[in-house]
Amino acid sequence: MLQPDDAHDTSAEVTRVDLGAEYEASGIGEVLDALDRDLVGLEPVKRRVREIAALLLVERVRDRMGLAAEPPSLHMSFTGNPGTGKTTVAMRMAEMLHRLGYVRKGHVVAVTRDDLVGQYIGHTAPKTKDVLKRAMGGVLFIDEAYYLHRPENEKDYGQEAIEILLQVMENQRDDLVVILAGYKDRMESFFESNPGIGSRIAHHVEFPDYTGDELLAIASKMLAEMNYRFDAEAQAAFAEYLHERRAQPHFANARSVRNALDRMRMRQALRLFEERDHALSAEDLSVIREPEVRASRVFASADETGTETEGA
Amino acid sequence: MRITQGAFSFLPDLTDDEIRMQLEYCLEHGWAVSVEYTDDPHPRNTYWEMWGLPMFDLRDAAGIMAEVHACRATHRNAYVRVSAFDASRGVESVALSFIVQRPAEEPGFQLLRQEGPDRTQRYSIVSYAVQRGPEGDRYAPAG
Repeated sequence: MLQPDDAHDTSAEVTRVDLGAEYEASGIGEVLDALDRDLVGLEPVKRRVREIAALLLVERVRDRMGLAAEPPSLHMSFTGNPGTGKTTVAMRMAEMLHRLGYVRKGHVVAVTRDDLVGQYIGHTAPKTKDVLKRAMGGVLFIDEAYYLHRPENEKDYGQEAIEILLQVMENQRDDLVVILAGYKDRMESFFESNPGIGSRIAHHVEFPDYTGDELLAIASKMLAEMNYRFDAEAQAAFAEYLHERRAQPHFANARSVRNALDRMRMRQALRLFEERDHALSAEDLSVIREPEVRASRVFASADETGTETEGA
Repeated sequence: MRITQGAFSFLPDLTDDEIRMQLEYCLEHGWAVSVEYTDDPHPRNTYWEMWGLPMFDLRDAAGIMAEVHACRATHRNAYVRVSAFDASRGVESVALSFIVQRPAEEPGFQLLRQEGPDRTQRYSIVSYAVQRGPEGDRYAPAG
């Protein structure tokens, strides 16, 4: 026999719930749609986020019906190469958790090892606690979490930070959600050497690299946001550029695309500046032409197979 | 004698939920919150011992509540208060301050009279608790 649940509902008895209405009311539809719309590719990630959203929604409805189970563990790990959208998805995830009522404020505090680990004895605990306090009510996003653990140095203070983190992850599950992010293989070895952390993370989300077409779509999207566009030749040249660049080391997916676009904007500005004797239309100001793409050092070094660093 | 310092001190003691709601109000205004404790209840004792540094950039009261609980657990029979600081005037000025824990038994104050020249009377107050012993031994241990 179900008891009326006056905490949530003033009507007599909650024996039936409309999952659709619940979905509408929570407003997570918007977040999921925005995720689909704004992020190119990443199909496995989107599917995983949907699964988590569905689980949490059903869990909330169950709670209302009095079928409460343990509150689900929400700590996650995001693994993937640089520039595959881990931070962006973490922001969306925080928004989603907030709308579902699993975190109270829905902000994201992004930190790395430096923000958690101190430089001398007694420095780490206050530093880590301070970060944890700032993240409460929201999501703590620890980028490159494996740097917390330095197996080669027994005296490293990272272990202390991990212990404090573990304690809060376990005892204050209502107060914050921890997302650990980093390269896949290094995260795996991190979890192996810190089973306490590994076992407390319920959701492992893997971010695949983007394909060439997806990167091109991302580039067009970024340019459109900045009110620029490629002309047809430049578009083809950029596809070539991506092909070359991907083969080189330090390729950081969408981040590299953004950097490349910024450099092309700079070259376009220089070209316009040098041709400043005639009046410019809005069209002139927004088109990026082939020479601007071709000027990249990636093309110059393509046949030498020299090592290229980010910033080329 | 129940001492009445800071906000809400004429009300019954706030519950943890009420304290949390007050702290949420502080954070909504962007105030930094600190936790302090003392076992000297004299009204002129303005500077209480700091329980850690004031907490800046918090979004949720959970972090402050954790500190309040930690401070209460360590100083079971002392006064604990939280103060919120408003920086909008260019200095961190106290915007709200209230007691979140008081000793089980508060013995109150003795009125001291001193004869001055020309039959003047000078008055001061001394807490009975402070007369009992040095810092840390002034109130009976809880429990």
